Amino acid sequence: MTSFPANQPANGPIGGVDNTIDVPGKRAQLVLNMEKFGQITTTVCRVNEAKHPPLAWYVAFAMSLGLLGLLGFCVLFLFFTGVGVWGLNNPVMWAFDITNFVFWVGIGHAGTLISAILFLFRQKWRTAINRFAEAMTIFAVICAGLFPGIHVGRVWFAYWLFPIPNQMEMWPQFRSPLLWDVFAVSTYFTVSLLFWYTGMVPDLATLRDRAKGKLQQLGYGLFALGWRGSNRHWHRYERAYLILAALSTPLVLSVHSVVSFDFATSQLPGWHTTIFPPYFVAGAIFSGFAMVVTLAVPAREMFGLKDIITLRHLDNMNKIILVTGCMVGYAYSMEFFIAWYSGAMYEKFAFINRAFGQYWWAYWIMVSCNVITPQLFWFKALRTSIPIMFVLSLVVNIGMWFERYVIIVTSLANDFLPSSWHNYIPTWVDIGTMVGAFGLFFTLFLLFCRFLPMIAMAEIKAVMPAADPHAGHDHGHGGHADGANAKGAH
Amino acid sequence: MSTVAHTTTSATPTGSKSKVLYGYIAEFETPGAVMAAAERVKAEGYERWDVCTPFPVHGMDKAMGVKRTILPVVIFGGGMTGTIAATLLQIFTNSTGLHIPIPIPITGYPFLISGKPLMSIPAFIPVMFELTVLFAALTAVFGMFIMNGLPRLSHPLFGSDRFRRVTNDRFFVVIEARDARFLPGKTEAFLKSLNPLSVEAVEE
Repeated sequence: MTSFPANQPANGPIGGVDNTIDVPGKRAQLVLNMEKFGQITTTVCRVNEAKHPPLAWYVAFAMSLGLLGLLGFCVLFLFFTGVGVWGLNNPVMWAFDITNFVFWVGIGHAGTLISAILFLFRQKWRTAINRFAEAMTIFAVICAGLFPGIHVGRVWFAYWLFPIPNQMEMWPQFRSPLLWDVFAVSTYFTVSLLFWYTGMVPDLATLRDRAKGKLQQLGYGLFALGWRGSNRHWHRYERAYLILAALSTPLVLSVHSVVSFDFATSQLPGWHTTIFPPYFVAGAIFSGFAMVVTLAVPAREMFGLKDIITLRHLDNMNKIILVTGCMVGYAYSMEFFIAWYSGAMYEKFAFINRAFGQYWWAYWIMVSCNVITPQLFWFKALRTSIPIMFVLSLVVNIGMWFERYVIIVTSLANDFLPSSWHNYIPTWVDIGTMVGAFGLFFTLFLLFCRFLPMIAMAEIKAVMPAADPHAGHDHGHGGHADGANAKGAH
Repeated sequence: MSTVAHTTTSATPTGSKSKVLYGYIAEFETPGAVMAAAERVKAEGYERWDVCTPFPVHGMDKAMGVKRTILPVVIFGGGMTGTIAATLLQIFTNSTGLHIPIPIPITGYPFLISGKPLMSIPAFIPVMFELTVLFAALTAVFGMFIMNGLPRLSHPLFGSDRFRRVTNDRFFVVIEARDARFLPGKTEAFLKSLNPLSVEAVEE
């Protein structure tokens, strides 16, 4: 059993320094209680180098594996029986499957926002959270990709999604947003993976250089690609990284816009609206940040990373949750306004039906989780309270799942013709698949925490005060170390 | 405070091979120290040398006189290739009935759908955009590693135990023996004059 030092209180200022206080003219400390580069290395690598992960890791991993098993069972049951095992019916031909797809793609967006957009805006605090937020993106997109794959009905024809030459001389239909989605999501996955891996190479080299076992040396050594920290390499590396960030920024905005086109380009009342692309992107970032907080709070606790993922980082993320929550709230009300202002009878009905029809409960869960509760984050005391932010992040996750459910199911269930209306009720397979997807997500995430560098060490070191080549001379701090930090480096 | 350790005879597991000097490495503790040293090495006129650091040190490119990489131009080319590929792919498959016999026989299929013209460029833009980003990103990553001469499984510098801290908290100046100005005794003395923590000879 390895225990990580828990020398700080769970809440409030850490180690006597409260870095959530803004002092005009002074930058807040990003790393607490550490001045030397070696301390960062040992703190982060300890997670991977410990003989055994903490007990909490085993418990979480066992639970995740159980859910993953449930997912496997539900998916196989679907394959062997057919899509009839889901609760879909004639008007409601998309329900849990597409809700889950949009939910998981949305989760991924926060990772790219942190890694790319905050990078372009030179937000240095991103360095503590970008690695595992990017990992979250990749695992979320894996979960997302599962659903369109299994919902096609005859999964053995899933390759029809791609323009592959075939004996029927048929091609996909490139004027359909559904096909744009195939390209958007697969590009998003590939680029996120490249971005994540490129950022990780220097840190994998750190693990390689510290590895004691042959297996670790070989594994980390292969993936570190022979990185040796040459400045001539760093020069091209930084260029490539900057350009990747610049490419990922429009990409991430395009992905959820294209997802929203799946709905917006149809004629269905409740879907056919121009506000969808920005509204979906804001919602995606909102839900994604909530998931980052959900993951960061236990992870920093479990692995002793509170000095790196500080309260200020969490505070900043909660501010983004508040802002995007307000944007989502604005979009909800604007939808209603346009429904009334357009004078379109069907549009008006669709929205009144959403709020007061048979799915009223889903609508009001969505509004209270996404618009009302995040308003608590206006108060700093609540924004910096670990239990409150954790609960609120879960609430937002629930609310954002319901948002997609409301958009998809209520619009489909009651369209133009009352004679074709039909309610949707999920089956146990629907629910099992939804819950099981969390198993896949958390299994991958826990494996990542255990075996890969969870924090971008090289990037953190670069934003420390000691990294400034002119700092050491003038003020003496970060200067000549006594070598005490070097323990465990060899 | 800095102990100049000169360990030319470092223990090697297989001592049978004849040893060829790869170069000297000088170890520094702070980014500031290694930056000052880099400026001196550059002023001395060395060409086959490098600075190895745990993270990119701001201003080091200038101190070393590293030329700006042409990588962005290559990436632009990659991105444009993606745009053209996506345009041709969509027009061929959805707008024409063209038959291409090589390398495998494929035929386009003119889709007439939702009253749009056969060549409906606006509907093709999302895929054009996605493939532009995809090709550019692939070019950025693979281009960067290839131009850096990576991946490589081994490197003479990995033979030095001291150098292992380059990915942790130490900063190194490396002068290769291939450099025209390299003279074993003189270069070593020069590196020692830069006030490093240590100077070490590294073999191939």
